[in-house]
Amino acid sequence: MPTKPETPDADAQGAGVEAGPIIDVRGLAVHYGLRGGSLARLFGRDAGVVKAVDGIDLTLQPGEVVGLVGESGSGKSTLGRALLGLAPATEGSIRFRGQDLATLSRRRLRDLRRHIQMVFQDPSAALNPAMTVEVAVGDALRVHGMRSATERRAKVVDALERVGLSPVELFLEKYPRDLSGGQKQRVVMARAIITGPSVLVADEPISMLDMSVRAKILQLMLDLKQDLGLTYVYITHDLASAKYFCDRIAIMYLGRIVEIGPTEEIFANPRHPYTKALLRAIPDPDPGRQLPRDLPRGEVPDAAAPPLGCAFHPRCTEAVASCGWESRDLRTLVEAHWTRRTPEAFEAESASVGSLDHLDRPATSATLGKDGPEAIKGFLDQVRAEAPDDPIWTGVQTITDEGSGVRVHFHEGVDPALRRAGGVDVACVLYPEEPSGV
Amino acid sequence: MSFATSNEPTLEPSSEPVISARDVRVWYGTTRGAIRAVDGVSFDIAPGETLGLVGESGCGKSTLGRGLMGLLPPGAKRDGEVWYDGKDVLSMRAKDSYRLRGTDLGMIFQEPLTRLNPLLRISAHFEETIKQHEPGLSKQQVRQRALDALRQMGIPPTRYRSYPHEFSGGMRQRLMIALALVLQPAFIVADEPTTALDVLVEAQIVQILNDLRRNFRTSLLLITHNVGIVAEACDRVAVMYAGRIVEEGRVSDVFENPQHPYTRELLRSTISLRTTGLNFIPGSPPDLVDPPDGCRFHPRCPDAMAVCATRNPINIERPTGGRVECWQVGPRDQIPSGGTRPLKQEELAVADEA
Repeated sequence: MPTKPETPDADAQGAGVEAGPIIDVRGLAVHYGLRGGSLARLFGRDAGVVKAVDGIDLTLQPGEVVGLVGESGSGKSTLGRALLGLAPATEGSIRFRGQDLATLSRRRLRDLRRHIQMVFQDPSAALNPAMTVEVAVGDALRVHGMRSATERRAKVVDALERVGLSPVELFLEKYPRDLSGGQKQRVVMARAIITGPSVLVADEPISMLDMSVRAKILQLMLDLKQDLGLTYVYITHDLASAKYFCDRIAIMYLGRIVEIGPTEEIFANPRHPYTKALLRAIPDPDPGRQLPRDLPRGEVPDAAAPPLGCAFHPRCTEAVASCGWESRDLRTLVEAHWTRRTPEAFEAESASVGSLDHLDRPATSATLGKDGPEAIKGFLDQVRAEAPDDPIWTGVQTITDEGSGVRVHFHEGVDPALRRAGGVDVACVLYPEEPSGV
Repeated sequence: MSFATSNEPTLEPSSEPVISARDVRVWYGTTRGAIRAVDGVSFDIAPGETLGLVGESGCGKSTLGRGLMGLLPPGAKRDGEVWYDGKDVLSMRAKDSYRLRGTDLGMIFQEPLTRLNPLLRISAHFEETIKQHEPGLSKQQVRQRALDALRQMGIPPTRYRSYPHEFSGGMRQRLMIALALVLQPAFIVADEPTTALDVLVEAQIVQILNDLRRNFRTSLLLITHNVGIVAEACDRVAVMYAGRIVEEGRVSDVFENPQHPYTRELLRSTISLRTTGLNFIPGSPPDLVDPPDGCRFHPRCPDAMAVCATRNPINIERPTGGRVECWQVGPRDQIPSGGTRPLKQEELAVADEA
């Protein structure tokens, strides 16, 4: 990308003799068990699992900047933490220069972390308030067995100079409370680079900072990459900074990668509807370029009970019949309809439709109503007339009479896998497998 | 719309402002001396207009917003005038300004979860708010008003009896907006209403705020550090630096043709999709106990002249409307001879960085 500074010769540090990826993630899953109530646990009932990261393949080439982009709850931070062995992998493997993290003992894992370091989002929370800058930055060296205080000090001074905190004497004895947000983030960066890592996982490093400081920290990260030959994993929800900073971008949603490819291609031809939505959502400071927005409704769903089919379908503006429509979407539809009705109309309709709570159990068919099939059909027709283009109607197969109401049958959905499409990989039913040889 | 602002005669958009601040100052007392968080700020907001207030952290944006509401901690001193409905809010008795808050002057806070009581249902929040200010309403009327406000924010009536924790982050912020709107205030201060939210939800809330001025004729002071949000949701913008509004005008005008170097640099340092190089403003906002002489931006200003370091800039009309205070813009005849030579800037180290 012409806008980016020249990338230095990859892995100039000579640490990686082998070619091939520096980090290789295969089928990684990180699941967290829910505890549920004490009674449920007593009877051994399963409270379910949250699939924070669910089947991720990702390779990092030396000297590359890979962006993990998504909203909160997309699993991007969990994936970042898993790369350091900070989140236990349920399935799959993470190889660092061919070594599987899962097979390492705690001690060996600690040694390995010298090479993979992390920069956290909130610099105020990442620094111990009782440690001076010198102690905090040097602590990593102490942990990794450097006993000599003078040696440590020399390293600390060098690291602080590298991150631009000079004159160093001004900062060595300072406590985090004496520093500004940008300075604190520089200290966090110094602590991360002092062990001489080759990979840096940066988890939203600029999102807590003031607009005018963000560019400075991003510039610092680029400088460090150039000087130290670092490989970055850049975790963010901000596509604008990812566009500037990353070589490759992985868009994540609810624990999965939904689109991954070179930055230029992702921005020139976004394919997944979620990527398009994220792009549309960025506020543009140029008032002449305001576009009418077609924003996805709702918010990131509960990861403990993800939507059937494609996890993004309830919010997707391009969804089709096979996206996995289900009972909970019906509830959303009816409730959205009621926000547009007068109070009297709502009271009347709600009395005839009855409770919607049973729709919260995900199923591909759902019952609705208690005032007889005709009344409910009339109600649904009215809802449909109001928003005939709502994608949910493509997913409705049939509506049959059942008891005091109707049963709505949805088409069976498919959960799309990542497939090659153009220069990227995308997980969406709109992009079926390309014929091989193309 | 059922939400016509109650206590406001039928006015043309260009007519009398809803709220008009004159030379407002808010100083905090500390052991080091007074922090001049807001130092001589004046602006008007017309009915149904949204004014965006932008600037770095520590420029006095939030203090100004709270100062207008009278929500300041003890130890803060206010001065100046804030005219609302023919009365000066700052000089009235505490009891009177208390009565004004909620019904006439509303506020939307940054973190909705800390502003909702986790033990009370949403219905209780609304009932308490409405009954406190309009005790005459019947139970049915209260419910009707609350459901109306919720519906406007896209929250279905089926959720009226839910608890705050049952809502998602974006829904909670919409609840906060509904709680502020239910009393139909003529003027609302929204302090960083989207900062804690996700990108897509942020865009949804910006759209709601955008619709607010069209549907409700509520005037809004939108405090944010995101110039993109200002461009999308505001009619006019006021750029604040070190306790003063340094430039103010129509959003399209100010952003396309910024007159003040601070406005220009702030826009340049914002990372957007069209960013092709990183720009930033060196240094950080000054210590407001002892702000720099002359123009407060001069130590960081790339265009600073000799006069900037010694004399306060004069508030003048922008060439295309609005106000600006910068010697670069004028008035030229007030600059002493030799005042226009470039100021030699000291190198700003990271030591001074924000």
